[in-house]
Amino acid sequence: MTPENNPEVSAALLRTDYRLVLDLVESGARVLDLGCGNGNLLWLLKQRKQVTGYGVEISGDRIIECVEKGLSVFQGDIDEGLRDFEDQSFDYVVLNQTLPVIRRPDYVIEEMLRVGRRGIVSFANFAHWSIRLRLLFSGRMPVDDAIPFEWYETPNIHHLTIRDFHFFCRRFKIAILDSWFFCRLERGRPRRRRCCPNWTAAFALYVVTRAQ
Amino acid sequence: MAWVEVRAFGRRSAIGPLDHSAPPRCRRSDPMTPNSHNNDAPVQPDEPGSVGLVTPRRVELFTPEDPLHLECGAVLAPVHVQYETYGELSAARDNAILVCHALSGDAHVAGRHRPDDPKPGWWDSMIGPGKAFDTRRYFVVCSNFLGGCKGTTGPTSIDPATGKPYATRFPMVTIHDMVVVQQRLIEALGIRRLLAVVGGSMGGMQVLEWAVSFPDALAAAIPIATTHRMSAQGIAFDEVGRQAIFADPNWRGGDYADGPPPDRGLALARMIAHITYLSEKSMHRKFGRDLRHRDRYAYNFEEEFQVESYLHYQGSRFTQRFDANTYLYITKAMDYFDLSADYPSLRVSLRRAAAKFLLIAFSSDWLFPPADVREVANALRANGRDVTYVNIESDYGHDAFLLEVDELTKLISGFLRNLLREVRAELPLPDDVPP
Repeated sequence: MTPENNPEVSAALLRTDYRLVLDLVESGARVLDLGCGNGNLLWLLKQRKQVTGYGVEISGDRIIECVEKGLSVFQGDIDEGLRDFEDQSFDYVVLNQTLPVIRRPDYVIEEMLRVGRRGIVSFANFAHWSIRLRLLFSGRMPVDDAIPFEWYETPNIHHLTIRDFHFFCRRFKIAILDSWFFCRLERGRPRRRRCCPNWTAAFALYVVTRAQ
Repeated sequence: MAWVEVRAFGRRSAIGPLDHSAPPRCRRSDPMTPNSHNNDAPVQPDEPGSVGLVTPRRVELFTPEDPLHLECGAVLAPVHVQYETYGELSAARDNAILVCHALSGDAHVAGRHRPDDPKPGWWDSMIGPGKAFDTRRYFVVCSNFLGGCKGTTGPTSIDPATGKPYATRFPMVTIHDMVVVQQRLIEALGIRRLLAVVGGSMGGMQVLEWAVSFPDALAAAIPIATTHRMSAQGIAFDEVGRQAIFADPNWRGGDYADGPPPDRGLALARMIAHITYLSEKSMHRKFGRDLRHRDRYAYNFEEEFQVESYLHYQGSRFTQRFDANTYLYITKAMDYFDLSADYPSLRVSLRRAAAKFLLIAFSSDWLFPPADVREVANALRANGRDVTYVNIESDYGHDAFLLEVDELTKLISGFLRNLLREVRAELPLPDDVPP
């Protein structure tokens, strides 16, 4: 099956986060996608924005999917750092929905900003009102569309909130250049400003850089 | 010193008599066949997935009027090349794939020469209808490299100046020289640009050399379990192998054509090399400490352990199909290989390479470890090239490039399908989906 008639790729265009990244990245930029999965985002970036794109992925099966799309991917564990990558060799380093899965988010984000001029980080907000209410009333770990795993099978080992991310950025001297909030991963309507985003946004996407 | 040690090793009868006709018993059913460089599975030529019966061809590519100028400064002519092809060349001649074989390989990569051949070509598991290199889509070429002993001009060929085999009077050849000869063959076949060049181990060195020496002549490069320069450890093992051959009294300075060949030396060289193709884990799993005939020790120097018997079998079988002088030359060509030798860095040396790369390493390969392959991938990426690096999880060591057929098939077939599409047409964009 070719990528252009692959329903999976068409479906990828429905992804709110993918569309945001597509809008944010300039044409011809150098992009590194950490935890690129099946490569749908990278493929869209190459097709729409003619980026020079590389992915890093740990799973051999996912890499096969990337190779079928003609993408450039490196098999590796981003928790081991990005030592193969030179300083400031990318315009954007993307960490899309990967943050809660990695063991050392602080180290990986530092590495991201060493390798790239800018970082794009997106994650599910654990302080969304529905999660708060579920935890409050049911007393159990929330399972919903944003976090679709039971506690014992989740790959997410670092849940975080929007407020946590802001504290993190202050502590590690990271500047937030742009932020977007949305409620649905597919067909969501991302907004830059939102009333009490830590309550109302299920997802957040940030463009960050090293603070001067 | 090394020579003395090898002699001592030989005197202790480490090599043993060369009468190991029966393959050693395997511990349990394991995809690693007694000779894992060959596929022992009985495949009928008409079986689906086989390219069937193939006929090797031989062509003269360099003549005394138009000789081959070697990297070492010597001039060689004539140069004959043995090759095989599988599948059909498309009308646009855009579907040709060159396979570069490793140290002990040959041009016979798939199918059988005769219906009663006990074994198919050395990479039959990867080449054929429906396989990784699908011969219904691609035209696959493989030639015996320069300096080989399987039909291409090498130390066993007759030197026209003396009427006797070249033996050690054959000029030293390099990986670059081999690639120059392959390029001449590809040209002679009417192919201007290869879809891909692929090879494992020393074949991978040729692939890297191709990408640098003839950047416009290939769309993609697939180097597998290889390195951009032979490591000190690799040279060390090669040197011990060569010393084993030199130490064999039958070698006689290389002029053994009219007498018994230095089979003991060659077998010992193969035994040493074969250890480097396996991993500690795969050896343990296949042989453990199993004994061959008894359940208790014999307390003598006969070959007792299964692993000993396996290595003896490998060594003796190798002497039936390979030439000692050729082994000396080819290992030396590997040792000389260093893509970055005349450049300030590997990155600069790869600057000319324009192909799309799929680099494959195996986690347990300690001869050409994944870090070597990754170094090449990093340099290519730093140059902004299309490059994918995959480290396949495997216990088979270096031999994994012949054994991890499933993983390789998935990767390579997907890569080639997309590549052919890219080469033939620009990809249309999918319709945008409204939010």
